[in-house]
Amino acid sequence: MVTQYAFFFDASACTGCKACQMACKDRNDLETGLLWRRVYEVVGGGWEKRAGVWVPDVVAYNVSMACNHCEKPVCAWSCPVKAIGKRDDGIVLIETARCIGCRYCEWACPYNAIRFDARTNTVSKCHFCFDALDSGEPPACVSACPLRALDFGDLAELRKRYGDNRHIFPLPDSSQADPALIIRPHKDAGRAAGRAAEVANWEEV
Amino acid sequence: MGESPFKKKLELAAMSRRGFLRWSALAGTSAAAGKKLFGGLRKRNPVLGGGTAGQAALAVEKMVRTGCPSHNCGGRCLLRVYVRNGVVVRIDGDDRAGDSLDDPQLRACVRGRAYRRRQEHPDRLKYPLKRVGKRGEGKFERLSWDEALDEIASEFRRIKAAYGNQAFYVPYGTGSYNQLNGRQTAERLMNLFGGSLGFYNSYSWAAISAATPTVYGTAITGNQRQDWLNSRYILMWSWNPAEMRDGTNSEYFVRKAREKGARVVCIDPRLTLSAVALADEWIPIRPGTDAAMMSAMAYVMIKENLYDAAFVRTHCVGFDETQMPAGAEGAESYKDYILGTSDGVPKTPAWAEAVTGVPRETIARIGREYATTKPGILYQGYGMQRRAYGEQVVRAGCVLAAITGNVGVPGGWASGIALQAPDGGPLWTAFPTGQNPVQALIPSFLWSEAVIRGKDMGPDDGVRGVDRLATNIKCIWAVACNALVNQHSNINRTARILGDETLVEFLLVQDNFLTPTARFADIVLPACTQFETWGLEDGWKYGDEVLLMPKIVDPPFETKSDYRIAADIAGRLGLAEAYTEGRGEREWVAWILDRYRKTRFPGLPTLDEFERSNRGVYSVPVARPVVAFADFRKNPEKSPLPTPSGKIEIFSKRLHDMGKPAEIPAVPKYIQEWESPFGPEAKEFPLSAIGHHYLARVHSTMENVDWLNEAFPQRLFINPADAEPRKIRNGDAVRVFNDRGATIVPCRVTPRIMPGVVALPQGAWWTPDKDGTDRRGSVNVLTSERWTPLAFGNAQHTIMVQVEKADGR
Repeated sequence: MVTQYAFFFDASACTGCKACQMACKDRNDLETGLLWRRVYEVVGGGWEKRAGVWVPDVVAYNVSMACNHCEKPVCAWSCPVKAIGKRDDGIVLIETARCIGCRYCEWACPYNAIRFDARTNTVSKCHFCFDALDSGEPPACVSACPLRALDFGDLAELRKRYGDNRHIFPLPDSSQADPALIIRPHKDAGRAAGRAAEVANWEEV
Repeated sequence: MGESPFKKKLELAAMSRRGFLRWSALAGTSAAAGKKLFGGLRKRNPVLGGGTAGQAALAVEKMVRTGCPSHNCGGRCLLRVYVRNGVVVRIDGDDRAGDSLDDPQLRACVRGRAYRRRQEHPDRLKYPLKRVGKRGEGKFERLSWDEALDEIASEFRRIKAAYGNQAFYVPYGTGSYNQLNGRQTAERLMNLFGGSLGFYNSYSWAAISAATPTVYGTAITGNQRQDWLNSRYILMWSWNPAEMRDGTNSEYFVRKAREKGARVVCIDPRLTLSAVALADEWIPIRPGTDAAMMSAMAYVMIKENLYDAAFVRTHCVGFDETQMPAGAEGAESYKDYILGTSDGVPKTPAWAEAVTGVPRETIARIGREYATTKPGILYQGYGMQRRAYGEQVVRAGCVLAAITGNVGVPGGWASGIALQAPDGGPLWTAFPTGQNPVQALIPSFLWSEAVIRGKDMGPDDGVRGVDRLATNIKCIWAVACNALVNQHSNINRTARILGDETLVEFLLVQDNFLTPTARFADIVLPACTQFETWGLEDGWKYGDEVLLMPKIVDPPFETKSDYRIAADIAGRLGLAEAYTEGRGEREWVAWILDRYRKTRFPGLPTLDEFERSNRGVYSVPVARPVVAFADFRKNPEKSPLPTPSGKIEIFSKRLHDMGKPAEIPAVPKYIQEWESPFGPEAKEFPLSAIGHHYLARVHSTMENVDWLNEAFPQRLFINPADAEPRKIRNGDAVRVFNDRGATIVPCRVTPRIMPGVVALPQGAWWTPDKDGTDRRGSVNVLTSERWTPLAFGNAQHTIMVQVEKADGR
């Protein structure tokens, strides 16, 4: 039995094509401005002129992320009306009908996973396509990836398959919330911090 | 723990919020209620945010598997389309079990996944329209179909009587593009009506399709992609399959080859999406100089004796003075050019560094790596051949493949256009268009020339089939073709040409939207989408599959299929029977399916079976990938190439005999482009500009889809080294201009593009303001109508521009 659903993300194979993000939007009918899965473009480094030639020292990779359905769901803990809860299989859900739009969960979440919609004055987020899971289908994002860079399953199983790395720059320390997310890093990730990398596409996420 | 940018961003946003008061007011809410709620979540479906489609999809009326309406991207993918009350409410991807490398799932990209926002777009054309203002003004009034068809038939008859059939032209366009939908439906009618001026080549790969056969005698130079896994070295040269989708799954095959141990190097002015995920190394190069780097790589191979001398001796001609063809004995051989024997300029890495901007040691190293890490692939993308001397870079790459002995071996790659062995891949046009009674052909890119001076055009302008054109183009029927205005070069010039009603006397456009081209129409006809009629498509350049595209929903309002529109016009011209042969759309799809069964896929099901199974795709697994030129490699005498010499023509006698060595040399050369950072034009316009393919759209199709604009907004990409001196900051609106036009667009300052180069993704819809400045970032206000010397192809990436901050504009 699954006790904690989790995503696996292979940053080394992600092009940033956003098929996952769009599959999520379509499946969940998310209006423009609302993104449950986002693809962050991380870029750093720069160029240096050496002996008259521009030489790059650029780091670039992507982080595709939805809700990490954390083992420590700080969003749920921060909700004053208890509109956020965690299922037995680890999926964290928001019951929108109870949401009062205070946005404390959004503030608490270290991953920008909670999305506020001013049109409805409520928050929402990835629910792991639990309705698909319940009928035996994969989440929309996972089956969408042209590079097969996403996977999902029970956290313990994913650990066996992919190891236990939960971090990639610039995500916050995973001890904050214990995300149910396993990441295979990109070759550039190790030098990203040293090259002052940052999210380059805030306007898109 | 360092401060996370994620956290910082959030906290900044939270500062402005007013949640605190609410917290105080509601702090007393019961915790017990929450616990009970989530105990029950497994049993019911609460409202969980987002819209209703996800959950409503459980109650859809049908799900249809279909080929994605590709609009001429390089992919052919499978979609599951969910419909409720005649409305497409959800689109999912390929769910076939297995997903093996022999027969991988055809996973759609962001465009296919966003397709319902195009399908259900409020701006869809609904009724026929007739122009009431001046050409291009965009003023129309509604017309009935009867009135529209009458007027079209009467104009067709008038123009035929006045100018003859050569005055008609159905231009290149791919906005509606499968085996039954698109311009071929109009071509069939035109052929029955007496013919129309034809064209050859395309805006995609004019130079590469003309130049590849000068080396190999054929365009079928590509191995099946499963063979990439046998490669140890992959040079992705100007090749970006993740953004252009050069065949569904091409990027996935490269990933798999790399996992198997191939080293992957990407050479491109941009750190592309492909380079990020697929390459071990990115080498930025100045646009238009790739042939210089290739020449210097050859220099290193020759000097260090790293090339495959035995293969060159037995399989090639023209490498050095010992293998010059008869009649060209004293001419400059490839080796002469590379070593500078004849022109006094050895093509050393130091020479190439000054041209390409790539450090000399990098050039030498890549030359050594490619020559010694075998088998290897030098994969040529198409961007670098849509340039001034695009033919040269194609030939130069093919020659490197040849002299390294990578031709005809598993894991190797002959380069060039690489249509898939053994048969060239798909049927490009399976619908029977019939014979064109008009013999004359023009290069597709020269249609605007044929409008203004067709009667002066002959072989020097690439005209084929006749000595001289008999007339200028007087009537254009643009089917799903925004290439007329938006995708053709130099929009401001094109707009002047089409705006002159004495030149093209009748301009008919049919499309799904009022595109910049449709705004110039005399009559606009509302076509339905590919979800609203029958169609069929096969794997594009690669892939061994046929995708059925059943009619999923009814055409809305007064829209009709491309086929039905042509059939209705045929009716007005007395050609209904000849045109339809009694078939509707579905019957033609059955006919086309039959043609596939007789040619490429004997095991294809009948249309009834195909439809009933709702499988969407018929695919042939590729367990033993075919390698191009394998027989030739084994025995060049027994299996010669279809070249005049039967061998790989490093030196082309045919090109030599054309007598234009400065622009069409017989061995591949680097030639400085007519707009270049090294020319006098760089004083005023110092930046090279490229218009790369963008995932926000397919060429100009899907430009108006909100979800895609959200994911990939139109931006000018510029390096900090070019932005800072211009006081341009990330996100600023900038004006990009040269002496042909100007556009204003927000910028993205990024180190992912090399200094001296800016990129403005092609395809944005031309949106001129009252001063004529484009406001959407449409790159073709900047491009030039000058064509390449051998192929008469578009050189749209060869442009120099200036960029400035657009304060207050």
